[in-house]
Parts: sequence; structure tokens; C-alpha cells
Amino acid sequence: MTTSAALTRKPRSAALLARQVMGEAGIGIALLALVVVFAVAAPKFATSDNLTNIATEITLNTMLAVGMTFVILVGGIDLSVGSVMALSAVVAGPLLTAHGLSTPVAILLAVLVSALVGMGCGLVNGFVSERWRVPSFIITLGMLNVARGAALQYTNAKTVYDFPAGFSLFGTSTVLGIPTLFWIALAMVAVGHLVLTRTVFGRLVFAIGSNEEAVRLSGHRTSIVKVAVFVISGLTVGIAAVTYMARLNIASPILGSGYELSAIAAVVIGGASLSGGKGSMIGTLLGACLLGVLTNGLLLMGVSDFQRQMITGLVIMVAVVVDYYRGRLAARLPVEA
Amino acid sequence: MNTPDTSPPAPVLAAVGISKHFPGVQALDDVRLELLPGEVHALLGENGAGKSTLVRILAGIQQPDGGGMTLGGEPYRPADTAAAIRAGVQVVHQELNLLPNLTVAENLFLQNFPRRFGLVDRRELNRRAAELLAEVGLDISPRTKVERLGIAQMQLLEIARTLWQDCRVLVMDEPTATLTPRETERLFTLLRRITARGTAVLYISHHLEEVFEIGDRMTVFRNGRYVTTRDLADTDTAEVIRLMVGRDLQHEYPPYLPGEPGPELLRAEGLQPQDGQPVSFALRAGEVVGVAGLVGSGRTETVRALFGADRAVGGKVLVKGVPARLRTPRDAVRHGISLLTEDRKSQGLVLDMPLAANVTLTATHKVSWGGLLRRAEENRLAQHAVDSLAVRTPGVRHPVRTLSGGNQQKVVLGRWLLADTDVLMVDEPTRGIDVGARYEIHQQLVDLARAGKALLVVSSDLPELMGICDRILVFSRGRIAGEVPREEFDSSHILTLAYSGYVSAPASATLSSTDPAADASPADASAAERPTAEASATGTPADATSTNGDTR
Ligand SMILES: Nc1ncnc2c1ncn2[C@@H]1O[C@H](COP(=O)(O)OP(=O)(O)OP(=O)(O)O)[C@@H](O)[C@H]1O
Ligand SMILES: [Mg+2]
Repeated sequence: MTTSAALTRKPRSAALLARQVMGEAGIGIALLALVVVFAVAAPKFATSDNLTNIATEITLNTMLAVGMTFVILVGGIDLSVGSVMALSAVVAGPLLTAHGLSTPVAILLAVLVSALVGMGCGLVNGFVSERWRVPSFIITLGMLNVARGAALQYTNAKTVYDFPAGFSLFGTSTVLGIPTLFWIALAMVAVGHLVLTRTVFGRLVFAIGSNEEAVRLSGHRTSIVKVAVFVISGLTVGIAAVTYMARLNIASPILGSGYELSAIAAVVIGGASLSGGKGSMIGTLLGACLLGVLTNGLLLMGVSDFQRQMITGLVIMVAVVVDYYRGRLAARLPVEA
Repeated sequence: MNTPDTSPPAPVLAAVGISKHFPGVQALDDVRLELLPGEVHALLGENGAGKSTLVRILAGIQQPDGGGMTLGGEPYRPADTAAAIRAGVQVVHQELNLLPNLTVAENLFLQNFPRRFGLVDRRELNRRAAELLAEVGLDISPRTKVERLGIAQMQLLEIARTLWQDCRVLVMDEPTATLTPRETERLFTLLRRITARGTAVLYISHHLEEVFEIGDRMTVFRNGRYVTTRDLADTDTAEVIRLMVGRDLQHEYPPYLPGEPGPELLRAEGLQPQDGQPVSFALRAGEVVGVAGLVGSGRTETVRALFGADRAVGGKVLVKGVPARLRTPRDAVRHGISLLTEDRKSQGLVLDMPLAANVTLTATHKVSWGGLLRRAEENRLAQHAVDSLAVRTPGVRHPVRTLSGGNQQKVVLGRWLLADTDVLMVDEPTRGIDVGARYEIHQQLVDLARAGKALLVVSSDLPELMGICDRILVFSRGRIAGEVPREEFDSSHILTLAYSGYVSAPASATLSSTDPAADASPADASAAERPTAEASATGTPADATSTNGDTR
């Protein structure tokens, strides 16, 4: 066969850089700009205390967004994360206060149970939506109510507290000036990133989000992957539930309401497409940071609650519009070589 | 026909100096094109020569980097598709662009629904749709959901979509790649009617016989550059190939070497696709078996049911003599059976993923270790596929979306070659692939068989089947109407078999077909009867590729 003379130059590194900028780096730049603006506008913003504060504030959302990224990448959505988190917490919480268990064992057990509850709910979400072809939007909306109701029922609407001192100490501890819990969230992001980019499973997640039928006809079990992403989401919810208890020292059946929306917002700001196949874990992390910085900065500037909510909403809208142009621009730039 | 030597008429459309650059590729480099009123102008070139890129520029989808166009003497620079349509340029694109969840009628009139009192007039919509469908010879209900159609039916729908609006220029990018002679012939009749009104048709195809049958003039591109424009009457196939490829092509098909069929690898017994008829056949190691038949004759349905892509409602499958349950494609692949599906865009490729990921999508085990991807190995295998199939791409990590149609087809083919299963079923394997590359692919398929694999080739291109197969199964109305061994290959005989199911069945039964989607065109009994009757009466082959200009 003839070799193609029309294939001219290799993509240049400058163009590659440009592509990066249009991708995750774009969100990074927006984040950086925001930090600079707040640092100037709000004197208290750029203090190490406040940065620790922000890290603490975004820990939970980051964790939930990790699982949510997997779900959104296959073209699904998980609206139940907030409620399931409450259920996980109230089921696992009492184990921490149980007598006769040494603190480390109790913590381990709580983590395990919390994760199992989360994964169980995720399994139901995934299985039902896959087996009966129900859009995940509907089934997780159902689960949102079921899990919340179950949490209230299980506790009789009472709050669990009085956790062992060691546990809450862990919740407020820091390593290298950064909250231990935030390290855990970062570790989850890292693992999620590796799974998405370096494993066959991650490859299939992306592929299913783009063209599920092609993946099925290539000889893969798409159903298993699609159920698995909900179980992964459940796992991150379970971990987040323990994190919540460690930080606030309570397990309330009404905790976590509305958290699903913040998690979705972080993923979308991070550049993911709700129709699936597009997004990244790094983007999600940056999205969560951006939301956290925004909330914190506006608070320090004395912006009222209501106004803050409006601004956050606007940022989400802007992110989606920017993404539209980013996609069009990126199409003209070279791809990774 | 026009006579360019004696004061040529003013061109309807003229494009000069058109260039288009993509990352890593100069897709078009200073090309020109001139369309005269009432002519069918063929645009020829290898895969990736830049034909579809020019089409997208004409259609307003992409903007050229340089150059200019005129339409009817006026400057023409469409900003988007709507502008192109308004100016009178209609396009049938290479890849299908239908909305699967809408009905046939809705898809046909998407650009402009008939209205009454501000609401869509459904009755009028369906009535006009039925008329259009009859024109292209598609016997389906206008209310059928498009997702239920086969690829050839969708292709006809794409064609019908352009017919109801008057236009000055009609562009068709490989409209016949999946059509059988009957539909192609009807399309040509339509094209002649359209050109009679003075419309210019730009016609792209890799089937040169068709080009010579319908075309008046041709323009050839090579590597994004303009080569020449000629009267087709002044040239021949060999010269055209030389102009396109830049060298001679010795043979159209690889030399036939009879193989010694080995043990039976796959057997279907009374396998019945949903809404289909039970069929039985067997494939043996070392064989290339062809599947011929008209559009909608059940070929695709059968191989899909066998592969587990769709549910089979009855029958048995034996793999190497052992009964096997193939309920999903995964089951089939695990039993060493693969299927290249007919529509690369919707059933084959993940367009936004890199070429490498697409090539290794089935053979993930070859590029991973304990679930972890081995990037280097993946790139190596993908590069191997690119080299052996001569895929034109700047690199294996470029998204498949940026490849030309024929090159995308090679990527899907590369995936199944890499999967390396004992039985390989391919549905329209060379759809959209140029003459040169087609030879290489045929050679690879034949080599696979001679190396002990079993091949089942479904194709609407009868010469292709006759060129490479050991025997051909002829489908008609969902059944196998006959099996023709190589010694008896004869296109008129095969076509007679292909039509047989529609002729012998009483017309009333054919027309009361309960499922319009699965059994679409075959129900068109009256049309099917005619060519067969001619063939048997006069003894001339009904093969459309050999008849010329027979306007009915
Ligand atoms: N959006 C794009 N981005 C990058 N490269 C592109 C894009 N579109 C086309 N190309 C490249 O431009 C070249 C010409 O492609 P084009 O689709 O015009 O070929 P073609 O002549 O239609 O081929 P075929 O016969 O295979 O359909 C190819 O090398 C292709 O990879
Ligand atoms: Mg093309």
C-alpha cells in the first residue's frame, strides 16, 4: 500500500500544551484565578488556617464526587448519595459506641459496615436500573427516599453521638498541616484516577459512556460494568459517612441532604458530560476545590447565604457553557501523541 | 450528456483553490471542482484522499482554510448546513445521521414538518413520507421507528430525505456502499430523473462499475491534491485506478487457491432470528463462505442471532460439534466466534476514543495484565494493525472520529483480526474501502481461511463474494434459497436465487408482511419480480453491474 504523503508534521508540543490548557488545566487556571481574587479581596482568605478550613470543607464532597464521576462517565447519575450516606452513618455509628470493643476494632468495624451499606444500596441501584432498563435518574431518586426513610426508621429519628475520643481525635488530626481526612479523599481521587486511566475496567467505563452497543458487540459484559459503577459510588458514600462522623462526632438520620447535587456539580464543573464518556478524576477534584473555594471566599467577603447560593448556581451554568466552547476548540487541536 | 468541447455550459458549482488542514494532516491542498448542470460528476480517490472533507465544506459543516466557491455564478460560502440547504445544496453523507427514536416519516421531514394550524400535520406527514418511500423503493411503514431498520434501509432513507426538496446540487457520499443491485438500479433511475431537471449530482463511490454506469465526468483526488477532471467516456477502469492510486492494480481479487476444508467449526441448525425464518448451515475450517441476498433478506439478522447480538427464538448452534449457548456477543467471542457488524458508526466504533483503544477493544486481554492496561503493548498492536491494513492516520492515539470513513472501517476490521478467533463473520467488510485497500483486505481474509480459520462473508457486492469465496449461500426472504459452489458461480444464477423467495410466494402474502421493519424491502414483490422475469426470459444476467443505462 502507498504510504500517505499527506500525513505531515507531528503534533507540536505547544499545541499539546494548548490542549492541556483547554482540558483539566483550564479548570485549574479558573481555580487559581479565583484564589488570587479572594486573596486580594478577603484578607483572611490566604491564611493557612483558612486553607485547612477549605480542605476540611471539601473533603466530603470530594469523596462523593469520586464515585459520582464513575457513574456519570457511563452516562448515569446517582441522586441517592446523600441519603445513603445518612443510612450508612446511622447503621455504622452505634458500633463506635458499642461497649467491649477496643477503639481501633470499633473504627475498623464501622468503616466496614458503612461501606457495606453503601455498596449494598449501590448494588440495588445498579441492578434495578440495568435489569429492568430503568434510567438511573429514577431508581436513585427512589433510593434517595428509601434510604432516608430507612435511616429515620432505624434510629427512630434520633441522633447517635458520644463517639470514642480516639475517633474524633482522628477526625481532627492533620498530617503535614493538611487534615488526615482530606488526605484520604486525595487518596481516593488518586485511586479513582488510576482505575479510570490504567485499567481495562476504566477503559470500558469510558467506552460504554460513548457507545455502549459497540462495547457489547465487542464481547464485553456491559451490565457488570454499569452495576459496578454504582457499587463504587456506594463505597465512596460509605467512606464519606465514616468521615462525616469522625469530623462532626454525630450520626444523624437527616445528614447529607442535598449532598448529591454538590457532588454532581463538582463532576460537571470538572468537565464531565452528563451523557457519559467524557470527564476525568483530576477534573472532578478541581471542580470540588473550585466549589469549596468559592463558598469559603464569598463567606469571608460577607456575601449572604442567599446570594452565595445564586452565585454557586451561576458558576455551574457558566462551567457548562465554557465546556461547550472548550469542546469546539479542543477539536481543532492535536491529541495526545 | 454534455459535450464539454463545444462551448461548455456555465458550471452550477465551482470550487477553486480549496485547502483544509487538520492536525497532522493536510486533508485538502488547493483542490478544484466544477459541476455542470445536469451532469453526474464522480469524485474519486483513495481512502483519506479528502473527498468527504470537500463534501463537508460544500455542506457548510466545515470552513475551508483557503479558496473560494461559486454557486450559479454567485459567491458561495455557507456558514452552516441550513445555509447550504437554503442555497440549494443537498447532501447525503457517508455516515448515517438519522434519529433512531423518531419514525421514518419524522426523519424524512425533520427539516420542515408539514403543518396545519401551527401543529404538525401527522396525516399529511405520513402521506408524503409514503410517497417518498415508494420512490426509493423502500416498502416500510412511515410510522416505523428508525432504530428498527437495517443499514441499507437507513441508507435509502437518507437518500429519500434529500428528494423532496428542489436543489441545484445534490451530493452523495458513498450512497450505495450497502445497497444491493436492485436498490442501486432504482437509485440510478432517480438520479437520471433529477439530472434531467438540470440538477448537478456529485457522486462518490468506490465501486467503479457504478461510476462508469451513472457518471458523465469525474474528478480524481490523491492525497488531498487535485489530479484531473475527465469525461468518463474517454477513460477506463485501469486508468482511473492508476490516477487514484498512482500505480497499476494487477488483479481485482487475490488469486484463488482451492483449500482443503478442515473440520467443521460452526453449525447452525434451524437457527431462527426474531421475526425471521429458521436457517441451517455449517462452516468448516479453511473455508471462505459468502452470504448473498437482497437488502432485508435476513442475512444480517441471521449472523447477529448466531453471534448473540440479538436473541434467537429457536434453533441450535454447535461449535466444533458441541452444542453451545451463545446468548450474548461475549459468549460467542469466548467460543471463538466473532462478528464484524455492518454499521461501524453505531455498532462498531467508540468515535471519541483513540484508534488504539478501538483496535484493542475486544482483545483487551492481549493488552492488559491482571486488569491493568499495558499502554506500550497496546500502541504496538495498534501500530501493527495500522501498518498491515494501511490505515491513514497521524498516530494511533488520535481519536477514530478524525479518520476518513474507509479508514474507520479498517479500524473495526483490525479489531477483529486482532481478536483472532477461529470463526470470523464479517458483515459488509469492505464498506467504504477503496479499490487498492480492498484487495489487501481480501487477501488477508483469504489468508486467514487458508491458515485454518472459518470465514463467513456477508456482502451486497456480488463480484466481491464471487472473487474470494469457496461457496456462496444465497438468502431470499429469510431462508437460504440455495448454495452455490465455486465451480457454479454465475451472477445471474445467484441473483435468480436471491429473488426466488419473492417470486414464488403469493403476492398477497408478501404484502401482508406483519413486521415491516424486519422484512422490509422483500415485501416489495412487484419490483422484485420484474428483473427476475427479465433475466429468465432473455437469458441476460440481471446483475445490475453489467447492465447499462436501462431506464425503466
Ligand atoms: N475532523 C478531522 N480531524 C482531523 N483529521 C481529519 C478530520 N476529518 C478528516 N480528517 C483527515 O483528513 C483526511 C481526508 O479525510 P476524508 O474523510 O475527506 O477522506 P475521504 O476521501 O472521504 O476517504 P474515504 O474514502 O475513506 O471516505 C484523512 O486523512 C482524515 O484522517
Ligand atoms: Mg469519505
